[in-house]
Amino acid sequence: MSILSGHKKIETNAFLLLVLSFFVVTVGGIVQIVPLFYLDNVIEEVEGMRPYSPLELAGRQIYIREGCYVCHSQMIRPMRDEHERYGHYSLAAESMYDHPFQWGSKRTGPDLARVGGRYSDDWHIQHFRAPKELVPESIMPAYPWFETTPLNYDLIEQLLIAHRRAGVPYTDEMIRSARDDLILQWNPDSGDVDAFLERYPNAQVRNFTESTEVTELDAMLAYLQMLGTLVDFSTYEPDPTR
Amino acid sequence: MLDGIKIIVLGLLTLLFGLAANAGLDAVFRFHMTLFMAFFGVWTILAIRSYGKKPAPSESSYMDGPIKAGVIATAFWGIAGFLVGDIIAWQLTFPELNLGLPWTSFGRLRPLHTSAVIFAFGGNALIATSLYIVQRTSAVRLWGGNAAWFVFWGYNLFIVMAATGYLLGVTQSKEYAEPEWVANIWLAVVWLTYLAIFLGTIVRRREPHIYVANWFFLAFIVTVTMLHVVNGLSIPVSPLASLSVPLFPGVQGAMVQWWYGHNAVGFFLTAGFLGMMYYFIPKQAERPVYSYKLSIIHFWAIIFLYIWAGPHHLHFTALPDWAQYLGMTFSVMLWMPSWGGMINGLMTLQGAWDKLRTDPVLRMLVISVGFYGMATFEGPMMSIRAVNSLSHYTDWTIGHVHSAALGWNGMITFGALYFLVPRLWNRERLYSLTLVSWHFWLATIGIVLYASSMWVTGIMEGLMWREVDEQGFLVNSFADTVAAKFPMYVVRAFGGMLFAGGAILMAYNLWMTVRAVPQQTRDTAAAVPAQ
Amino acid sequence: MEIYQALRTFADTWGLLVLFLFFVLMIIWLFRPGARKLHDDASRQIFRNEDRPKPPEDAKRHDARDQTKDRSNG
Repeated sequence: MSILSGHKKIETNAFLLLVLSFFVVTVGGIVQIVPLFYLDNVIEEVEGMRPYSPLELAGRQIYIREGCYVCHSQMIRPMRDEHERYGHYSLAAESMYDHPFQWGSKRTGPDLARVGGRYSDDWHIQHFRAPKELVPESIMPAYPWFETTPLNYDLIEQLLIAHRRAGVPYTDEMIRSARDDLILQWNPDSGDVDAFLERYPNAQVRNFTESTEVTELDAMLAYLQMLGTLVDFSTYEPDPTR
Repeated sequence: MLDGIKIIVLGLLTLLFGLAANAGLDAVFRFHMTLFMAFFGVWTILAIRSYGKKPAPSESSYMDGPIKAGVIATAFWGIAGFLVGDIIAWQLTFPELNLGLPWTSFGRLRPLHTSAVIFAFGGNALIATSLYIVQRTSAVRLWGGNAAWFVFWGYNLFIVMAATGYLLGVTQSKEYAEPEWVANIWLAVVWLTYLAIFLGTIVRRREPHIYVANWFFLAFIVTVTMLHVVNGLSIPVSPLASLSVPLFPGVQGAMVQWWYGHNAVGFFLTAGFLGMMYYFIPKQAERPVYSYKLSIIHFWAIIFLYIWAGPHHLHFTALPDWAQYLGMTFSVMLWMPSWGGMINGLMTLQGAWDKLRTDPVLRMLVISVGFYGMATFEGPMMSIRAVNSLSHYTDWTIGHVHSAALGWNGMITFGALYFLVPRLWNRERLYSLTLVSWHFWLATIGIVLYASSMWVTGIMEGLMWREVDEQGFLVNSFADTVAAKFPMYVVRAFGGMLFAGGAILMAYNLWMTVRAVPQQTRDTAAAVPAQ
Repeated sequence: MEIYQALRTFADTWGLLVLFLFFVLMIIWLFRPGARKLHDDASRQIFRNEDRPKPPEDAKRHDARDQTKDRSNG
């Protein structure tokens, strides 16, 4: 009888109920999540991935701030139509420096994982100003304030430092030169572009909007025009053990 | 003595937040610190005013003040959340309604809508009903005295911080977990207080058994604590700025986020609301639950299975396949206990089905269980990889979520509010049952329009995206699929309008119940069958 | 890599089994003799104490007679 009255104990003991429920709900999470932190298997090494440049990171913060992820995914699935429409399927490594990830869950607009280089800077400038003028069917909001708002990058070093604390391999040099790098990417005349490109290979270096100071739109374009361009898929071989 | 220390601590906190408000590095941070300063300032003043006064111990009555406040907040946030939802539905139909302003654009309003309906409307409903139920079923006053007031005001302060943050561009961009670190830490404090009150009340109960509704509430509170803390881990950019960098990157971040996201559905919107179901349906039907054993099986099965289901949000992504299959398997298994619970709720009406004809409140509660059953069939179906390959990223998901959220969470909350208001304000009856019927039909038709239009657009766009011609070229450009959805978007926005309209009728009805219906004069106990 | 494999194997074998057995045990316990009376009483708990807490003395002697009375009225 003592065993049989066990459930009665659970049904009448608040703490026991609490502990058992907690046990049950914890295990499921641990099983699914913990293995993912053994990175070498989940994320294969891929040539070309690097941390975001300061200007790209600032653009990414705007992407987050405006909630772009509610309508645009950044995760191409391995299906034929997605390959045709968006390009090679997304690799885990391609979002390994994304804090937070921007995979999204809904495509009210198209996927943006490989939007980099698909459209000209001018197209993007027009499109942010008035999406419908370029795509009559579009239901995207206009973002006219991007090109008129100067980029606030007061906290750019701290942003890089916080990313480093979260595991992104920013070097001391990258953090030291964060501000200069941000300006340099927008104004190549202001410093040593080669050294910058050594730190951030394949970054897009130019004054995107021909602005007189760095605007939010410049940062957005630095980010968007880089998206999906870092991995060279003409030489990419998937790891057969995955 | 203790009162003196309390006043000093509160005063110091007020000062501290005042200093932080002054030193903050961005406007939103300064604004949120000002809110904290006001919160603790008012609390300090209240503490000073009650200094030396011994509150009369009132163990002989239930603590209903915070519950009444919670009922009002539920109705208020519900209407606010539904209206914002309908506005963004119209924005998707006519994008000019974004007005070209940062704080009125879809990307910022959509998190406002989801947080307002899930956390402000749903959360206030859960806190109010759980505190109501735990007192009645434990036959004891809430533990912790005014801590319940702290939970109410603290939780609603969190909501204001989250909502203003989104509008002003402060977000972590993790769906249903958008608030930034300051608000997150505050919520953790409030939530642990809530857990303490709830647990303390159960521990001091004067009934031998812990009623099953309290099991569901307890599991909901504990699990949400765990989910919130783990998913909220982030590194502030500066202790004086609102921005932070979430700890987990890419794949791990996605897995943790959807472990959180799906269990926000599983524990916040399901387990917690099942606690409501297991109290309000038997009460309103005036019969005990159909099978108490089934309710306990339901409990263990739900909490055991739900926690694994998250990865079905990440089918065909870069998440490892084994995790995707695990998520799918458990999601499909979830169908069974969910329907067990639905049957338990519906069969409680056994022998009292006639009440459905005369009692629109019971009708509301029962249809909510019907929607629960529909959504818990559709959900497992959509988690099957073959179905998901079509449904993912489309409006079908949106339709699924809304038939569950409007139908199950919305309707059962409306029923609970209709149940609670006459009792809490000690009124004879509701102001108008006709208005309840109107609300019932407006909401039901609204949901049907919403869900069916989203099925149509979802399946249509899924098929259009994958359509290729005989040469293997894509047939439709993305813009074609957007254009094709227009008529259904109008239907959806119209359905949402009906639903919001119903809620406004409810608010009027509840308001008039308190204003115009005479006080309950008889000894209330006489009206309760069991006493 | 080995840790990952070990964890994964543990997760989808023993971990899962333990949880499943836990769940089965819970259900078996539920059908133990004598549970019905308890469950009947518990399911009627919601019809008691609607308006005010139970006085502390009552709680201590929650005897069978009270329960019968509650049930007959409920």
